[in-house]
Order: sequence, then C-alpha cells, then structure tokens
Amino acid sequence: MNIAVKADSPAVNYLNAEYGWKSWLFTTDHKRIALLYLVSITLFFFIGGFFAMLMRIELLTPRGDLVQADTYNKLFTMHGIVMIFFFLIPSIPAVLGNFFVPIMIGAKDLAFPRINLLSWYIYILGGIFTLSAILAGGVDTGWTFYTPFSSTYSNTYVMATALGVFITGFSSILTGLNFIVTIHKMRAPGMTWNRLPLFIWSNYATSLIQVLGTPVLAITILLLAAERLAHIGIFDPAIGGDPILFQHMFWFYSHPAVYIMILPGMGVMSELVACFSRKRVFGYSAVAMASLAIAVIGFLVWGHHMFVTGQSMYASMYFSFLSFLVAVPSAIKVFNWTATMYRGSISFQTPMLYAFGFIGLFTIGGLTGLFLATMAVDIHVTDTYFVVAHFHYVMVGGMVMAYLGGIHFWWPKMVGRMYPEGWAKLSALIVFVGFNLTFFPQFILGYLGMPRRYHAYAEEFQVLNVMSTAGASVLAVGYLLPMIYLIWSLKYGERAPANPWGAVGLEWMTSSPPPTFNFEATPEVTWEAYQYHEVNAPEVEVDG
Amino acid sequence: MFQIFPTQASALASQVDLLYSFLVIVSVVMTLLIFAAVAFFAVRYRRRSESERPLLIDGSVRLEVAWSVIPFLVMLVMFGWGTYLFFKIYAPPGDALDIYVVGKQWMWKLQYPEGQREINELHVPVGQMVRLTMASEDVIHSFFVPAFRIKRDVVPGHYNTVSFQATKPGRYHLFCAEYCGTQHSGMIGWVTVMPVREYKDWLTLGGSDSMAQQGEKLFHQYGCSSCHLLDSPGRCPNLRNLFGHKVQLDDGRTIIADEAYIRESIINPNAKITYAFKRDVMPTFEGQISEEAILQLIVYIKSLAPTPAPAVSPEGRTQ
Repeated sequence: MNIAVKADSPAVNYLNAEYGWKSWLFTTDHKRIALLYLVSITLFFFIGGFFAMLMRIELLTPRGDLVQADTYNKLFTMHGIVMIFFFLIPSIPAVLGNFFVPIMIGAKDLAFPRINLLSWYIYILGGIFTLSAILAGGVDTGWTFYTPFSSTYSNTYVMATALGVFITGFSSILTGLNFIVTIHKMRAPGMTWNRLPLFIWSNYATSLIQVLGTPVLAITILLLAAERLAHIGIFDPAIGGDPILFQHMFWFYSHPAVYIMILPGMGVMSELVACFSRKRVFGYSAVAMASLAIAVIGFLVWGHHMFVTGQSMYASMYFSFLSFLVAVPSAIKVFNWTATMYRGSISFQTPMLYAFGFIGLFTIGGLTGLFLATMAVDIHVTDTYFVVAHFHYVMVGGMVMAYLGGIHFWWPKMVGRMYPEGWAKLSALIVFVGFNLTFFPQFILGYLGMPRRYHAYAEEFQVLNVMSTAGASVLAVGYLLPMIYLIWSLKYGERAPANPWGAVGLEWMTSSPPPTFNFEATPEVTWEAYQYHEVNAPEVEVDG
Repeated sequence: MFQIFPTQASALASQVDLLYSFLVIVSVVMTLLIFAAVAFFAVRYRRRSESERPLLIDGSVRLEVAWSVIPFLVMLVMFGWGTYLFFKIYAPPGDALDIYVVGKQWMWKLQYPEGQREINELHVPVGQMVRLTMASEDVIHSFFVPAFRIKRDVVPGHYNTVSFQATKPGRYHLFCAEYCGTQHSGMIGWVTVMPVREYKDWLTLGGSDSMAQQGEKLFHQYGCSSCHLLDSPGRCPNLRNLFGHKVQLDDGRTIIADEAYIRESIINPNAKITYAFKRDVMPTFEGQISEEAILQLIVYIKSLAPTPAPAVSPEGRTQ
C-alpha cells in the first residue's frame, strides 16, 4: 500500500556530490541555487524584521522618543524595501520554486541552469547596493518612492536604493523566464498540463507577472533617476512633470507584484491541503484557472491605490469594479481548499497547521481588501493603519504562513532530515497568535483614523499600539524558533525517508535528498495529480 | 469603553459608517462560515488510521459556479453602494463656503475669502457646506479629517477640492495622510466646528483685507493690471466676467475658465492661448509667486465675474 519509493537514501546526493565553496558558488544545480537563495532571503528577512521591531518599540508611546523622526522614516522605508523586494518577491519562487518546479514536473533541472545562477548573483548585487545604501545612512521615501518627494525633496540615498531594486528586478525577470520555459518544454513524458501540480500552475502564473510587470518598474526607476540626477521634468510639477504619473507607473507594477507575493503561497497551500487531507484538490481546474485569472485581472486594478489622489472619478469606478472582480478567483481558491478537506483524512502535522493559519489569515486579509475596493470607505481608511493591517494579513498572514508551511513540508526532501515536530507545532501556534495580536488592533486603529507612517501619534491611539507591539514581540519569537530548530535539525534531525508524509507527486518518488539530476531515470507519468484515493499509489515507470 | 468608530461630525459620516458596518457584517459572516467549515471538517474527518484512503471527489461545477456568483453578487452591492456614496462625498457642492488650503512641509496654511489666515487650524460653521480648494507648495500631502470621513490628496501642480458639512460643534483632528518627509507626523492640526453666529464673530476678529482685496493688490504689484487692463482691449484678454465662463482657445478648443486654468495661465502662460491673442506676450511667474498668492489672485479674478458657473467639473480634477 505504500506510496512507491524507488530509493532509500543513496550514498550520493546533490548535497554530498561535491564539497567546497566553489561547488556552491559556481553550481548550476537548481537545488543548490535554491539553498543559496534560502540563506540570502533569510538574512534579508531578519534585517527587515529588525527594522520592524525598532518601529514597534518606538510606537509603544505616543511621543516620538526612541528614535528621531528621520530615523523612523528610514526604518519603515527600509523595512518595506527589504521585505518586499528582497524577501517576499523571491521567497517562494526562488527557494521552493527553484527547488521543486523541475522535480515536480520530472525534469533534471531548469531550462537555463546558468541563467538561474546568474539570477542569484544579480539578486545579491542588488542586495549589496541596497544594503550599502542602508549602511551609508538609509533612505526615507517609503518603499513607494512617491514623487516629487523622492525625485526632488529627499536628501537621502534614494538612487543607490532604487538602483538596488532596479538590479534585483532583473533577477526576478530571469527566474520567471526560466520557469515559463521550463514548464513549457521540460515536462516529463506524460506530465500533461492537466496533470501539473497546482504549485506549478501558480508559479507559472507568477512568472508571467514577473516577466510582464517587472520591466515597468525598471522603466519607472530609470525615469525617476532621469529626474533626480538630470533634472528632466517627468514627475515634478515644478519642472513640468506630473506626480500622479509616477503613481500610475509605480502601481502598474506594484499591484501585480502583490500577486507575485501571494500566488506562489496559494500554490503551496494546494499541495499542503491535498497531502494532509489525503484528497485530490477539490475543483483542480477551477483552482488552476483562478491563478491565471488573478495574474491577468491583477494587471488592471492598479488605480484602486489612487482613489483620493484626484484621479478621474469614472476611472476610479472602473478600478473599483475590477478590484471586486479579482477577489472572485481568490475566493474560489479558499472555498476549494476548504472543500478539499470534506470527507478527507486530515492529519495535523506542522505544515497543515500553517495551512489552517493561512486560510484564516488570508480570508481576513482578502475580505478587508473589499473594504478598500469600496471607494467611499477607502476615502476614510486609505493611508491609515487599516491598509497596513490589510496588506500584512495578506503578505505575512498569507505568504509567510505558506512559505513556512512549505519549508516544513519540503524540509525533509531538501536536506534529508526531519525537523522536530513538537517545536515546530509550538512555533506555528506562536506565529498565529503573535500575528493576530500584532495586526488585528491595526484595523481598529485605522478606522479610528490613525495615519500610517507616523513617528508620533495622538494619545488616544496608545492602547491599541501597545497591543500591537506586544504581538510583534510574540511574533519575533515565533520566527526565531524555526530558524534555530531547522539549523539544529541539519545535524541532529532524524533521517528523512523519501516520502515522510505519504504524499503523491514526483518529488516524493525520489530520494531525500534527491540525487544531482533529481531522478535515477526520467519518470513517465501515467496518473493525474493528487491521486491520494488510490490504495496502490502509482509506481514510477522507468524509461528503457 | 473601547471605541470602534471615530466621532461622527459630518453629514456623511454616519452613511460611511453604515456602509462600513455592512462590510464588517458580511466579512464576519464569511469568516465564521469558513472557520466553522474548516474546524468541523478537521474534527469530523481527522485521520483515524494510517491506512485510511478517502474516496475521490473531483469537484463540482455547480458548487464552483455558486461560490463564484453569489459572492460576486454581494460584492456588486458593495460596489454600487460604495460608488454611490463616493460620488456623494466628492460631488462638487452647489452653494458652499470657500476656504483655501495650502499644504507645505510641514504645515497647513488656511485662507478665508474674508481675509482670515491660519496655520494648522481650520474654523468652520456648523451646518453649512464648506468647500476646500487645496494646493501644495512642495510634495504631495493629504488632507484627512477622520471625524468627517474625508480625505483628499493635496498634489503639487493641481487643485484638488473636498467638501463637507459639519454637523456637530467641537474640535477634531486634522492629519496629513500622505507621507511627506521628516515631520510628516507633525503636520497635524485641529478643525474647530462652531455655531454659525460664533463663526461670524470669529471671522471679523482679523479685520484685514479680504482675499479678493489682497489679490487685487498682487494684481497691481505683479504688473498684471498693466496689460490685463480691465476695460480696454489690449494685448491680453480682459479678465472681467472671465471666471466660470467659456473661453475659446486658438487651437479651436473651448474650455471653462476655472481655478486650474487661471493657475496654469500664471505659471505657464503659453499652455492655453485665448483665440485671437498671441503667445509669448506674458512672462512666466513660475517660482516667483507662492501658491497662497496665486489663490488670492484667483479669488480676485473670481470676484470680477459676478455670476460664476460652478467651476469644478464632476471629475473632481480639472486639467
């Protein structure tokens, strides 16, 4: 009855095939590159988290007393830039996607292994630019770089930071390009589009946005540079520009970028819910098509960031309508995951706990998005803590939960060791509680009228801010614990079998950790995705 | 007591709160439904043995359609209601008291047509429609009064307007809601809503020239009067009876002379040339005149047109 396992841990795998720093820094193995990304984005995550912690401590009291106003402005700017461009956007695609997209479609590697390595170097180069801008004194424009503040008025390291973001964008484009070509051209025999795991579908949709959207960000940054460095009037009205134009260009990328940050998490969710319910994902094609629908409609809603700027009220109406429309495919996904559990066989290992957390937090994040799409309410809550709470529910409550769920789910496969289940469950619980305590009060703060990006605030807002800061401390513990026990598990964790969860999917049919070329022989796929109901799980058929 | 709603001090605040409450109720119901389903399934279908293999359930087109269409219909209600109220909040008021706002790093400057000027304090009478015409001297700011449920960005190079009718005397927070640099969180002030009679008294306290008179002085001081001579045909268009009326341009377009048009003609005179007049006659005043002074000139020019038509299009922002 066991799911077929071709190999016990073979003596040689991708981790011990070669040794030495060169074998890592010059590797073209997608799995090793994924680990390079894992280490780098973890570093950025904790840098960004450190900024957040300082902000939360500052906000314990209404007066701005811990840091200066300028320092505070730099903290929230750098928190946003580091977390969005250097953690969230690469998180699932560049780590879990890099590792598992080829394996899950039965390929030996991505289509362009060298470009894959190049993308990591570009990411690091962009990171170095941004980090050196931070060390040199930081930047205070907000991650949104709104003009004419960023182009004319700010006297911080705007261009160095923006250049870092510009460079890193190319890493994102290359990863997207690599995934698209890989998914089109490298699927194993029999792995038809309808048999692709939903993780692949969501990464495919993400890649489309990365390839189509990121160049617009690059253009926007170049125009910003032209104005800031050469005083060519594009955005600053004092020299003939229009500051609203910047917002259109910025959000044309940055709203779809929100979907770059959540779609891969949705893909992880489908894998987790199916595995720990032992059920085929309910409405497979609906979930797959929902990913594409989100990618397409997501490009048409950017103006909902601009309802109060004075943009045409009829344009606002159109953007409001489409923002409601894009909520439908997200809702479809949540309903389908829930329905997947119906008459399933549900177990409660750590990845599933994160999946539960995702459903809860993403549901709240998504529903509060409807408040912002509702124009009359948006007038009141935009640029307040309501918006801050909303996007953290989606980005952190959604994406980071999915990321951690995915990391725990695939950890045995990636490193060949089990993580300690008890500690992991405890951390998942701490993250969930800490998260809600941090961000739920911010919804109330926002409706009461506390604006975002405030270094000092009116006294009546203090109680809710204290709750939020207390929550952030709990959340910090919840994020530090996994880092500690996962590192611990590298040496002391139980050795992982090839398929610890009884999961289906090609990645569980190769050893843990996989050999350098993923499979001993190219698999031939004769089954649909998520065949959990089959008592005798599919055997891997071997060519020749 | 734990507060959920800010004070309601404008005519539309309770309507925004009602819509918000509707959204909250829908969200709570949806969240509870999903939580209940997840919790019920998690308990009811928990794994009882390792060899358990549930049956295949592939999906259901009917269910997919149902949970796409029903939520979308509910969302259409949100969309319709939200749009209706949005147009109501941002609609140009018919007859309103005009007050002029200039945002500047990091303060709010207010001017009243009667001549009063204030910083970070706005006084308005209760029960009357007030229209704010807002300009920025530098970066983007945003005028936010939570108790009125209104917010409008103050964008350099544009005039944005926002209007409200205060319903309850008191003092309410005024915040800058768009990040604008170092002292962004210090760019705050108070809106004082007063009974009409007190407001009238308050207006007379200053005793200075009205905005139109200040504008008239500037009109002479900047030399506008030497050319825009009011009653004799000259090289420049006559500005009497201009404001709110149609202007025929030399490129064939017809526009309405509103605040934005006058501001543009001062900053960039060649942008729109009146039919039968020449370009390059008037010098630019870009960088030589403050936003407050431009507003005074506009109020003066307005005062030269006794029956102005409403100048701001329903679009909110004029070109």
